[in-house]
Amino acid sequence: MSADAGVTLLPGKVTRPGRDRWRALRILFRNPQGVIGLVLVLVVLVVAFGAPYFGLPSPTRQSLLETFVPPMWAEGGSAAHVLGTDHLGRDVLSRIMYGTRISVMVALGAAIVAAIFGVLMGIVAGYYGGRVDTFIMRVVDVQLAFPLLLLSLAVIAVLGPSTTNLIIVMAITSWVTYARLVRSLSLSLRQREYVQASIALGARDWRVLLRHMLPNVFPTIVALFTFEVARNLLIEAALSFLGLGVPPPTPTWGRMLADGRNYMMVAQWVITYPGLAIMLSVLGINMLGDAIRDIVDVKL
Amino acid sequence: MLEVISRRLLYGFIAVVAASVVVFILTRLSGDPAVLMMPVDATVMEIDAFRERMGWNDPWLVQYGRFAWGALQGDFGTSLRHSQPAFEMVMDHMPATLQLAFTAMAIAIVVSVPLGIITAARRGTWLDGLGQLFATFGQSVPNFWLAIMLISFLAVETRRLPVSGRGTILHLVLPSFTIAVGVIAIVMRLTRTSMLEVISEDYIRTARGKGIPEWRILLKHAARNIMIPIVTIVGLRFGYILGSAVVVETVFAWPGVGYFTLQAIRNADYPIVQASVFVLAVCIIAINLIVDLLYAALDPRIRSDL
Repeated sequence: MSADAGVTLLPGKVTRPGRDRWRALRILFRNPQGVIGLVLVLVVLVVAFGAPYFGLPSPTRQSLLETFVPPMWAEGGSAAHVLGTDHLGRDVLSRIMYGTRISVMVALGAAIVAAIFGVLMGIVAGYYGGRVDTFIMRVVDVQLAFPLLLLSLAVIAVLGPSTTNLIIVMAITSWVTYARLVRSLSLSLRQREYVQASIALGARDWRVLLRHMLPNVFPTIVALFTFEVARNLLIEAALSFLGLGVPPPTPTWGRMLADGRNYMMVAQWVITYPGLAIMLSVLGINMLGDAIRDIVDVKL
Repeated sequence: MLEVISRRLLYGFIAVVAASVVVFILTRLSGDPAVLMMPVDATVMEIDAFRERMGWNDPWLVQYGRFAWGALQGDFGTSLRHSQPAFEMVMDHMPATLQLAFTAMAIAIVVSVPLGIITAARRGTWLDGLGQLFATFGQSVPNFWLAIMLISFLAVETRRLPVSGRGTILHLVLPSFTIAVGVIAIVMRLTRTSMLEVISEDYIRTARGKGIPEWRILLKHAARNIMIPIVTIVGLRFGYILGSAVVVETVFAWPGVGYFTLQAIRNADYPIVQASVFVLAVCIIAINLIVDLLYAALDPRIRSDL
């Protein structure tokens, strides 16, 4: 599926301010999958930003008297620890909720950085064409040839794991997706009459790019952005599962699973719930992304 | 055709050179490779001696030249921990990773392509809905979690399947299945979309008009034309599996390149890390090259504008 093929951008589908502003949302609400996705995404965001306000035990508070307390509905469980405790007596629910913060922060941060850089590269390549285009696309091709997960692991090991480094490394590995898509869109946009007219009227390059090209690729970028956030969540979880995520004592989903793996025979819940949290978050974002893609009517 | 091949080969070569540059820079990202690779309790004199011995006091260009020349001959220096040639150690672990990747890919293709064709042919039915649901879940489940859950439910509770290491064919079942799940979701979706596109084409309508049985239309007329997107995604995914098998290999203690490299990363054994990133990059470049050439073989229309 080459990036050039099949991307259709319908001219009438660009949202114009004032006219039919809510069309996209109306379509979204008619799609059950989109509604489920939106609800899940909202839950994730509320948990991520509101984790400290739920009145839960501290995610790092250890208690060796309370190790492996089962979830509250199981025998021996208590309402104090809704999803039970881990091998150090830490509250599993609280750790999952605080873990959401880190995951969302890294996934969103990396997606935003990657989107800005990738869109800029793609739009420049598509607009200017020629050597600039060839060069940027060669860089993209070369990057696609790397074992990116392994390389990320190595780079993070060298630089040291921190939230900032994770965001940078993940952004560097994913900007190419935006660049390829935006390039193919802007190649065809450039031939549109209103863009040509603007150029003929003597508009400066940045004006054409910002006023005429960017608004037209924006809906498509939103769809791609959604999928990329989901992908980033999975990568962040994988990195911290392998021990190269945000370091302790910050709770992360991946490390909860890595720790819990050793105790899964005695305490099934320490591996079940963090994994479910990851899956439901990613699922929700993907469902929302599918719905957005249908609205934008683009192939990704 | 010859020109196409030679241009693609040139691109491949540029990519290999770029890979060598990135791998070279990797150990220098933190500033001083000597400090990075020496034990934390090494004295300043030991570090200085190590730096001198590795030739890291020379100008960067000289260092890179030496590195690239070595890399071309499969020489990435000696493993700091095992005192054996890094390249050979990485190559020793390649068969395990390739075996895993090929098995996973075979499972994925056998399952996903027929599923994609069936769901496209039965578009809008409950079968299609079920297939879509499975694809969405398959793309959302973290594979290491799936792996852990499989271990705890299948292997430990029933004690039928081995959960770690490599040896018998049974050892291959869980890791390859885990990797296959994500690939199945992607390939199935793509097969379905491509199929839906193809069956609305004129020549399919013509075939229907001639009274050719539906299964024959799907398998003979339509299937041929969805080969290109499928070959592309399979090629891309295969490269991706090679680079990301580290996660599943780690869960199942599968002695592949990924697992081996992760241990090297943890031990700051950078010659190994460099060798394996480079070797995997070359593999992926080779796969991309093969896919590009397959394109030309599959579709005469794109032969000219590769």
